[in-house]
Amino acid sequence: MELYAILKIVWWLLLGVLLVGLAVMVGMDMGVGAALRYFGRTDSERRAVLNMIGPHWDGNQVWFILGGGAVFAAWPTIYATAFSGLYVVMLLLLWSMIIRPLGFEYRSKLPSRTWRNVWDWGLFISGALPMVIFGAAMGNMLKGVPFHFTWDMTSYYTGSFIYLFNPFSILCGLTALALALYQGSTMVMNRGEGAVWERARNLATWSGLTALVLFTIGGFWVARISGYQITAGDIPGGPAMPLHKTVEMVQGAWLHNFSAHPVLWLVPALTYVAILIGIWALRRGLSHFAWWLGALGWIGTIGTVGAAMFPFMMPSSSNPSQSLTVWDASSSQTTLIWMLGWTIVFVPIVITYTSWAFWVMRGKVTPAHVENDDHAY
Amino acid sequence: MHDLQTVVDLSRLQFAATALYHFLFVPLTLGLSFLLAAMETVYVTTGRQIFKDMAIFWGKLFAINFALGVATGLTMEFEFGTNWSQYSRFVGDVFGAPLAVEGLMAFFLESTFVGLMLFGWDRMSRGKHLLVTYMVALGSNLSALWILIANGFMQAPHGASFDPVTMRMQLTSFTDLIFNHDAQAKFVHTSIAGYVTAAIFVAGISGWYMLRNRHMELAKRSFRMAVLFGVFASIGVISLGDALGFIDGSAQPAKLVAMEGLWKTEKPPAPFNVIAFPSESEQRNLFALQIPKLLTPLVTHTMDTVIPGADEVERRAKARMENGIPAALALKTLSQHPDDKDAMAQFKAHEKDLGYALLLKRYAPDLTKATPADYDKAARDTIPNVPVIFWSFRIMVLAGFAMLIYLGVGAYCSLNNKAHERRWLLKIAPWFIPVPFIACEVGWLVAELGRQPWTVYGVLPTWMSASTHSVAYMVFSLVGFVLIYSAFIVVEIYLMLKFIRKGPDDHGPAAEQNVGGPALAGTTH
Repeated sequence: MELYAILKIVWWLLLGVLLVGLAVMVGMDMGVGAALRYFGRTDSERRAVLNMIGPHWDGNQVWFILGGGAVFAAWPTIYATAFSGLYVVMLLLLWSMIIRPLGFEYRSKLPSRTWRNVWDWGLFISGALPMVIFGAAMGNMLKGVPFHFTWDMTSYYTGSFIYLFNPFSILCGLTALALALYQGSTMVMNRGEGAVWERARNLATWSGLTALVLFTIGGFWVARISGYQITAGDIPGGPAMPLHKTVEMVQGAWLHNFSAHPVLWLVPALTYVAILIGIWALRRGLSHFAWWLGALGWIGTIGTVGAAMFPFMMPSSSNPSQSLTVWDASSSQTTLIWMLGWTIVFVPIVITYTSWAFWVMRGKVTPAHVENDDHAY
Repeated sequence: MHDLQTVVDLSRLQFAATALYHFLFVPLTLGLSFLLAAMETVYVTTGRQIFKDMAIFWGKLFAINFALGVATGLTMEFEFGTNWSQYSRFVGDVFGAPLAVEGLMAFFLESTFVGLMLFGWDRMSRGKHLLVTYMVALGSNLSALWILIANGFMQAPHGASFDPVTMRMQLTSFTDLIFNHDAQAKFVHTSIAGYVTAAIFVAGISGWYMLRNRHMELAKRSFRMAVLFGVFASIGVISLGDALGFIDGSAQPAKLVAMEGLWKTEKPPAPFNVIAFPSESEQRNLFALQIPKLLTPLVTHTMDTVIPGADEVERRAKARMENGIPAALALKTLSQHPDDKDAMAQFKAHEKDLGYALLLKRYAPDLTKATPADYDKAARDTIPNVPVIFWSFRIMVLAGFAMLIYLGVGAYCSLNNKAHERRWLLKIAPWFIPVPFIACEVGWLVAELGRQPWTVYGVLPTWMSASTHSVAYMVFSLVGFVLIYSAFIVVEIYLMLKFIRKGPDDHGPAAEQNVGGPALAGTTH
């Protein structure tokens, strides 16, 4: 296989790694934010919960920022088409997300109850809404989005923004939210005690089970919607130009990869196995183990979408032949090589110091702790 | 097309508003992170508690500012894709790379360690905590480096060429992209401007405390560190500003035209307009106070280089538009027949002026029928807004020298241990706080408004860079940003003022006693 084609596949896999990193790390913080008022009934309990992720949310959020940057650099056509096509949805995502840094940083700076309640609800919105949108965006990728290009690659989105909130995509959004609540709850179990720990365990159990139910419904639904299939053109090592191929919409096409390579069924199976063992573990108080299994559950979920769609990345429902695929939406070979070099050097460094940061801040966070700590949120 | 123009204008307004807003918080982060590291270094090397108190107190204000910098930075990353998708598709292969490296190399570093810096005081040894603080400073400054490398490509595109098969700019040399002179000079100019901002911020608040006789020991030391740091930084800003003017003057003659109000090309050495009232409609300065022969040595560092005025810039632009038309026409053929050798040869022969043909296309959608009037309009577009840039530039330069003088006087008084007695100095200190922020904002205007009508200079015109949205979408998003950002700034300023008024936590007389005496490493906990 040509070098350029291999690089495209590598960057498709790396995009998967970044999405998993984003889903696990940012999803965890968003799960904590969304259920903050459930975990903590008193103000000091809530402060304790916030401080469990307090030193880390900012670093974790970079997975999201890097995800955006990597799509821009490695998949510029997708970055441009998706961000502009899903305009209103992207703005809702952004506006809910930018409340978060202020929610963490400003909430506990003033003693007023009203002030803190407002920020608590802000953290709820900025935790729940982005996860629903994140999942719904994945759902819309599976369904296809109505966009097309003119000869000079000017892109036009022709759907309404309400279209993006179709039932299937909402289902995907709720699945993402459930997985985020699972991840957040196991984190709160890791660093919490007493009543907070009990509530976290309950939420982790129920959100884990809900995620599996929603994932299952989604699986049956995907088999019934129209998938996409390349019938001509689109050379793996060819230039990144999406206008010279033919694509058909076929019902159930998203299962073709699975029937061609049955080994791929292990990917969705991973989600079930990981989350079920995770629930078993957390019922027994093994929350650290359950947290890692949650991460595996995300790998299974995002991996399932990838395995179903490959080589499609962003299909067009209004002009299927102009769909964006792994072969025709990437950067040039030079850029992919350079970016791969930077990634190989820096991702291990990032993982090392992130682990060190978690190690330094390890241990339980209790309400008493927070009251005595001048630096706490 | 009327709608297109409205959408482009609204996209520009939104970008300028959100970028200028973001740029209110960035410079302080850049500079304050280093000041925090400096304070903590003194604490760790001498063991004096007061310097730890300083690092903690200024660290609190740093955190309030930092949260908004992070929040508004997210907007910028979205905005290229949401509002400028044509631009993003056209240059993402080149422009996206430094943004991604910024996340990987710099933003991860800054964001991971900022949590440890704020929360980890009691969790690690002093040496380790100091290292963490330096990582925050390094991360934020590296972040600025990569952002300005990306911006440098927009100002002076190096390291990429247009590919007619994929219809976009593609990277040809990553090293050319990084070692772009414009990016280098601008990085140093911008990051040091951040140091000046932080210096004046810290000095201003410290002065306010000293005037009220509050937290004297902390305020005196903070003031001294800040003004010393600031003096060196402001000398750096001014000299790099000169270097940047020199680079931009040759790379972007149209920007220089606007900065200096040069409508007509003059015989060298040209006079310098100290004050002028440029008129866009009459294409001349209604009034100008000039110093003869000064401009040429100022911007070219020679006596005999001709500085092109607006007339010459427009004349050159017209020639390039005409030469670029065959390249633009060949593209359409190549889009259907990528193997057409004649079309490819035609494209290659005129490639370097493609951007100018695209500029003309705004007025002549069918380039084969372009009239002299179309050329005139497109050529007029190549000169950015002269009055706004002329005055923004002067405000920036004036602010720069005013800050240098203020910081110099402050440093002189402080080194003689007299700063706390000079009430006039303490009184003006808080009033100086807005000055660096204003200078940063107008500096952005000079750089980015001066780049118009291009998003990528000479390559991609602004009019074809925006997303193909409806006006309603653009109004919706603009209103949303105005509402959210207004609420944010009110909350931020309220908290900032509250924490400044509250001041640092005093440790009582025991802690104050050590201060000013010799280093007593044993007295710290």
